[in-house]
Amino acid sequence: MSDAKARVVPVGRVPDSSAEQRLLEIRHEAERRGEVKAIGIRPSGAPFPQASPETGYYGIPLLKQPSWTWEVPLYFFTGGAAGAAAVMGAIADYTGADRKLVRDARWIAAAGAVISPALLVADLGRPARFLNMLRVFKPQSPMSVGVWTLLGFSGAAAATAFAGFLAERYGPSLPLRIVENAGQAASLAFGLPFSNYTGVLIGATTIPVWNQNVGELPIHFAASGVGAAVGLLELMGNDRSRALQALGMGAALFECLEGLRSESSDHSHLDPLKHGLSGLMVRTGGVLSGPVPFLLRAASLFGDKQRSHEFRRWAAMASVAGSLVTRFAWVQAGHASARQWREPLGIAQGEKPELGE
Amino acid sequence: MSVTAFLTDSTLCIGCKACEVACKEWNGVGEDGLDWSGFSYDNTGSVGASTWRHVKFVEQTPEPGFGGNAPEMNSWAFSSDVCKHCENAGCLEACPTGSIVRTEFGGVYVQPDICNGCGYCVVSCPFGVVERNEQDGRAFKCTFCYDRQKVGLVPACAKACPTESIQFGEIGALRRKAEERLAELRGRGMRDATVYDPVDTSVGGSHAMFIVRGDPRTYNLPPKPEVPTIYLKKAWASSAIAAALLLGGTLVAFLADGQRNGR
Repeated sequence: MSDAKARVVPVGRVPDSSAEQRLLEIRHEAERRGEVKAIGIRPSGAPFPQASPETGYYGIPLLKQPSWTWEVPLYFFTGGAAGAAAVMGAIADYTGADRKLVRDARWIAAAGAVISPALLVADLGRPARFLNMLRVFKPQSPMSVGVWTLLGFSGAAAATAFAGFLAERYGPSLPLRIVENAGQAASLAFGLPFSNYTGVLIGATTIPVWNQNVGELPIHFAASGVGAAVGLLELMGNDRSRALQALGMGAALFECLEGLRSESSDHSHLDPLKHGLSGLMVRTGGVLSGPVPFLLRAASLFGDKQRSHEFRRWAAMASVAGSLVTRFAWVQAGHASARQWREPLGIAQGEKPELGE
Repeated sequence: MSVTAFLTDSTLCIGCKACEVACKEWNGVGEDGLDWSGFSYDNTGSVGASTWRHVKFVEQTPEPGFGGNAPEMNSWAFSSDVCKHCENAGCLEACPTGSIVRTEFGGVYVQPDICNGCGYCVVSCPFGVVERNEQDGRAFKCTFCYDRQKVGLVPACAKACPTESIQFGEIGALRRKAEERLAELRGRGMRDATVYDPVDTSVGGSHAMFIVRGDPRTYNLPPKPEVPTIYLKKAWASSAIAAALLLGGTLVAFLADGQRNGR
C-alpha cells in the first residue's frame, strides 16, 4: 500500500523564491549576452569531480596494488602446509610416533619443497633472474630472509624424504641415516619460520589492511598452515592419530579467535576483510578453517567409530580448503586495501568504500 | 659530488607537461595508452612504470583570486609529481636482489640489469611510485636521471621546464630556497602555501620537495608516509611467537599421545 502511495508522490526540489530568482537571472543573462556564463551542470556521479582535501586527488588511489599473480597466494599455502608438516614429522619421529605418519609428513614437506620455489620463480617478472635473489642477504627485507629460508627448507626437506625413501627401499646404511637425521633437524629448524614468515612478508608493507594486522598475520598464517598440514596428513590415512586431532583442534580454535577479532572491530582499514569480494573470501576461508573443522572434530570425539571417522575426514577437507581460500583472500584484501584511497591520506570515511572488483 | 634534490613549485607550474615529454624522450619510456579519465586534463592519473614525471591537474570550486582566475571559472592548480627519493626508502629496504641502490647523489635507483621483477618494492613504497611493467617484467620508476647527473647535467624534466617550476640543485640550498619562496608567497597573501617534505615521519624527508597551495592531500601527498621497515619488529616478534606455539603445541600433542599409547 505504502509502495503504491510513494510512487505517485512527485520527486524533486520544492520550488522556492531563490531558485526562481536564479532562473530569472539565467534568462536575463541569456537575453542580454546571448550566452550564459556558469559552471554548468554537474549531475551527481558525472565525470566532473573536483579535487579537494575531502576527495583527495579525485579519489585516485595513492598506493599501487600488488603485482603478484595467483602463484604467490598458492605459494603461501604450499609453504605454510609444508613448513608445518616438516615440524610435525620431525617431532613425531623424535617422540617415536607411528612410522607412517612420519613418512607422510616428510613427503608433504618434500612436495612443498619442490612446488614452492617453482611458484615463487614463476611469479617473477623475469624468472630467469631468480638467482639474483642470492646476490645478497638483507635482514631488513622479509623477501630476502624468506628466500634464504625457503632454500634452506627445500634442500633439507627434499633430502630427508629422499634419504628415508632410499633407506626403506635398499636397506639402512650409515650415510643415509646421517643425511636423514641432519636433514630432519634442518627442516625442523627452517620449517618453524618457513610456516609463518609469509605473514611477515605481507605485514611489513605499505598496504594498510596488511600492516595494520602485522602483529596477528604470522600467527594467523601459522595456524592456517597447521590446519592444512593436519588435514593433508589425515586425508593420507593418519586419521586415528590423537596428536593430529589435538593440533587440528588447536589450529581451528586459533582461526575462530582470529575471525572474532576482525569481525568485532569496526576500524575502516579492516573493511577489505568484511566487504566486497575479498570480504567474502576472507569469511569463507575463516569459516572453513575455524568453526567448521572445530565442530566436526568435537563431534568426532563422540559417537561410533564409523561416524567419527567420517567427521574427521570432513574436518580435514574443510581445513585444507579453508587454508587455501584464506591465502588467496588475504592477497585479494591487499588489492582492495590499496584501492581504499582514503586510508593513506588519513581522510575520514564519509561513505563506505567501493570494493567492487 | 653533492647530494641533490628536486624542488617542484606548483605555484609556477603552467601544466604544459614538458617535463613528462622530456622524461619519456630522454629515458625512452613507452607510451601508456590514450584513455580519457574525466579528471580535468589529467588522463594519466599517477606516476607509475611508464610515467616517471606526472602533472596533476587540481580543479576546484571557484575561489576568487586563486591562481588569478575569474570568479565564475573553476580554479586550477598544477603540480608535477615524481618519485620522492626518500631518505629512508621502503623500496630500497625491501628489494631482495640489491637491485635498488642509493646513488652518490642521494637518489634511489633501480638497476635494470639486476631487477628480477619480484614486485616486493611495489607494496613497500608509501607513495605508490614504483611499479612493475607487465610487458617487461621488471620494476621501473624515476632514475633521478642518474646517467645525466653522472656527467654533470641536470635531470631532463628540470631542464625542459619552461617556468622553472621544477628546480634542481644541492639539497641544502634547495631547502633554503623553498623556505624563502614560501615566505615570499605568504607575503603576497598566499597564506595557504606549504612546503611538502615529510621530514618528521619515518621516511625522514625526501629528495623531491613540493610547494603546493592548500591541503597537500588534494595532490595525493600523504600526511604521514611511513617506511614499512617500522613494522618489522612487531612482525618478527609475532613470527617468533607463532614458531614457539607450533613447536610447543606439536611437542605437547605428540608426547601426550605417546604416553597414552604407553610408549
